[in-house]
Amino acid sequence: MCLAIPALVSELLPDDMAKVSLDGVMKTISTAMVEDVAPGDYVIVHVGYALAKIDAEEAEKTLALLAEAGALSAGAAE
Amino acid sequence: MSETAPRLRARKLDMKTGRVDLSHGSGGRASSQLVADLFRDAFANEFLDQGNDQATFPVPTGGRMVMTTDGHVVTPLFFPGGDIGSLAVHGTVNDVVVGGAKPLHLSASFIIEEGFPLADLKRIADSMGRAAREAGVTIVTGDTKVVERGKADGVFISTAAIGVCWEGVEVSGDRARPGDKVILSGSIGDHGVAIMSSRENLEFETAILSDSAALHGLVEAMIGAGAPHLKLMRDPTRGGLAATLNEVAHQSKVGIRIEEDAVPVKPEVQAACEFLGLDPLNVANEGKLVAVVAAEGAEAILAAMRAHPLGREAAIIGEVIEDDQYFVQMTTSFGGGRIVDWLSGEQLPRIC
Amino acid sequence: MKYVDEYRDGKLARAIADTIAREADPGKTYRFMEFCGGHTHAISRYGLEDLLPKNVRMIHGPGCPVCVLPIGRIDEAIELAKRPEVTLLTYADLMRVPGSKGTSLIKAKAAGSDIRMIYSTLDAVRIAEENPDRQVVFFAIGFETTTPPTAMAVKLAAKKGLENFSIFCNHVLTPSAIRAILEAPKTGKLPPVAIQGFIGPAHVSVVIGSKPYLPFVEEFGQRIVVSGFEPLDVMQSILMLVRQLNEGRAEVETQYIRAVTPEGNVQAQRLCDEVFDLRDTFEWRGLGSIERSALKLRDEWAKFDAEKRFAVKRIEASDNPACECGTILIGAKQPADCKLFGTVCTPETPMGSCMVSSEGACAAHWTYGRFRDKARREEAGRKAS
Repeated sequence: MCLAIPALVSELLPDDMAKVSLDGVMKTISTAMVEDVAPGDYVIVHVGYALAKIDAEEAEKTLALLAEAGALSAGAAE
Repeated sequence: MSETAPRLRARKLDMKTGRVDLSHGSGGRASSQLVADLFRDAFANEFLDQGNDQATFPVPTGGRMVMTTDGHVVTPLFFPGGDIGSLAVHGTVNDVVVGGAKPLHLSASFIIEEGFPLADLKRIADSMGRAAREAGVTIVTGDTKVVERGKADGVFISTAAIGVCWEGVEVSGDRARPGDKVILSGSIGDHGVAIMSSRENLEFETAILSDSAALHGLVEAMIGAGAPHLKLMRDPTRGGLAATLNEVAHQSKVGIRIEEDAVPVKPEVQAACEFLGLDPLNVANEGKLVAVVAAEGAEAILAAMRAHPLGREAAIIGEVIEDDQYFVQMTTSFGGGRIVDWLSGEQLPRIC
Repeated sequence: MKYVDEYRDGKLARAIADTIAREADPGKTYRFMEFCGGHTHAISRYGLEDLLPKNVRMIHGPGCPVCVLPIGRIDEAIELAKRPEVTLLTYADLMRVPGSKGTSLIKAKAAGSDIRMIYSTLDAVRIAEENPDRQVVFFAIGFETTTPPTAMAVKLAAKKGLENFSIFCNHVLTPSAIRAILEAPKTGKLPPVAIQGFIGPAHVSVVIGSKPYLPFVEEFGQRIVVSGFEPLDVMQSILMLVRQLNEGRAEVETQYIRAVTPEGNVQAQRLCDEVFDLRDTFEWRGLGSIERSALKLRDEWAKFDAEKRFAVKRIEASDNPACECGTILIGAKQPADCKLFGTVCTPETPMGSCMVSSEGACAAHWTYGRFRDKARREEAGRKAS
C-alpha cells in the first residue's frame, strides 16, 4: 500500500493546495497535512495529498551510506 | 454510401454550430448531404466521387493480399497528438504494414451519436483525409449511421483495409526462433499516457503527445535493408509491449528475454506512470512496432530504422530463447530477473 | 526523477548485494518479512531476490489492504451500489476484487450500478458537491497512509455542509497486524513463523512515525528497519537487518530518514484521531478476527458513516477451503505451495486475497516471479532423489 512519489512543489495555491511536478508532469494536490510548504520543497504525494516534506540533508546522508555500502564490496574485492 | 444526385439541398450544412441528427443516418437527402459535403470533401478521391455504395478496382496480378479491420472507440476524441480519425487511419494502415503488405485502400464506417457537433465531425474527417494522404492510401468506401443520444460516445469509427504483400516478405507470428533478435522502433507508453493524462487531470510542462503515426515508410525501409531476415512484425497497441511479446512467445512457442535498460521510455512518460501507478510495458502505443529479426540481419535493419524519422530511437531490446513455458523474461536494470506478463484485464491505475 | 532515480541505481544495488553476501554468516539463515505490499511489489518488480545470497530470504507480509479486506465487505459495497440513488466511488485497486459468487465492482458496474474510480478523496468530495441528487459513498480502504486523506474528505464535506456524502470505512492498522503475526505462536490462531526481522512500511511510517514499532522490540525482541520504497532503500534495509542480527542487536532503525521521523506526521495523526475511533474487532481476510485493529467514524461524524446511513447488513463470506492465503500472508507458506496457485487461482480468476491485488504475495509471484517455479521444483526433485 502507499504508492507515493516525491514531487517538486512549483506553486502554492489557495485553500492549502499546491502544484507539484515530477519530471515535468504536473498535478494539483492538497498540502493541508504538511506545514510550511514552499516552492522548491520536495513532498511525498499519496492519492492527491502531500504527506511529508523530503529532508534534503537526510537524503544526502542516505546516498552517502548507500555509496559506502557499495564501496565495501569493491574494497573487499581487491 | 447513398446514391448521388446533383447536389440538391435546401441549404448548406452548418459546420459551425450544426449537429448531427437522426435524419443524417436515415439514408435520405440529409444523409446524402452529410456524405457529400463532409466526408467526400475530406477524403477527396475518384472512388468516392463516383458516388457508389462500393469501390471497384483491378485485382493485382499474382502475389497475395492482406485484409484487416479495426474498431475505434477512444475517449477523449481529441487528444494531444491526434484524434479518433487520424488514430483510425494510422492503426489500420499499421495493421496492414506489419502484415508485410503495402496498404492500398481503406473503408470507414461511422456510428455517430445524435447531437454530435458537425464541426467536430468535420475536424475528424479532415484529419482522416490528411492521415490517409500522408500514408499514401485512399478511403474508398464507407457508411454512416446515427444512433440516439447516449448510445454512442460521440462517434465510433470502424475501418477495414486491404494491401498487397511485398515481394520476398514472409512475416508471421509463429516464425520467431531461438537466436532471433527483438527490435523495438522507439519509446513506449506515449499514446496511453497522452490519453490517460487528459482523463486523470495530469498536466505537462512539455506535452506528452500520442505517438500515433503510419509506419509504412519505416517498414519499407526495414524491408529494403533485410527482407529475408524479417520474421515478424507487430504493433504494440492495447496491452502494450508486454501483450505483444507474450502473443509472439505463445504463437511461436518460444521464450523471449529482454533487457530493461534497452527499452526506451521518455522521462515524462515514466513520471506520469509513477503518478498513476502504471507500468509503461503495459501502456498502449500507436506509432511503434516490434520486429523479430534473424540475428545476421539485425544490425542492417536497425540501421535502416534509425535512419528513418519514426525509428530514430529504435533499439535491439532482447532475443528469442528456448522456453517450453513461453515466458517473456526481463533482466532488470539490477541484473535481477522478472517476467513481463500480460496485464490482467484492463489497465487500472493503482494506489497500492 | 529526483529522489527516485538515485535510489534505483542498478550497479550500486549489485554492489550492496555483494556486501550483504559477504556480511551474511554462511552458517545462519536470515528470514526477514517485508510487511508492506508496496515493498513486496518492489522486490518482485526489480528482481531483488535474485541479488540476495541464498541464506537471506524475504517473506511477504500481509500489508496489502486490498488483500486483507474480507470478501463480505466487497459484497456489502456491491449491495450499496445496487441502490439506484447511490454513486459508489472507489480507488481503482478494488475494481476487480471478487466478491462471493463471482461478483465484483467492475461486473456490478457493467450490470448498471453507478460505480466510479477516483484517484483522490478530493475528487470524491467534488463529485458529491456536483451531484446533490446522488448519494455519494466513498469505499475507504488502506493502512495509515491512506487514512488521513479519508479524514480530510469527511472534514471537507462537513465544512461544505454536504448532506449526500458518506464513507464506507475499512481502514486498518499496521501495528495490530504485526502484533497478530508475532503473537501467533502464543494464540495458536495462526501457524508460527520464524521471522528474525521486519522491513517496516515506508509511507505508513511517514504518517505514524517509527516509535509505534518499539513495543515489538521490547515484547518480542524483534528487529525493525523502516525502509524507503525504492530498490536501493530495500537493499540497504536488508543490510541493516543482517548487521543487527550479526551484532546481536534488536532495535527499531530508520533507513528512510529522508521522510520518516520517530514522531511521524503529528498533524495527520491528530486529524485521524479527530475523525476516527477504534473498532473493537475487525475481520481480516486470511488472518481472522483481530481486536482493535481497524477504524470507524466517531459518533459525532455518524452522519458520514455509510454503514449507519444505509443500515448496511453484515455479509459473511468465506474463502475457498483450499486457499492457502492465511498461511501465505504470514509467510508460513509460499505461493507455489498452494494447490490453487496458477491453476484455479490466477490474477484473472483470483480465489483468495493474495492474488487479488498486484502486490499480494501470489499476484507478485505470478506477475514477476513464477518463471522460477519449474526450475525450483526440478531442483527440489533432484535433491530428493
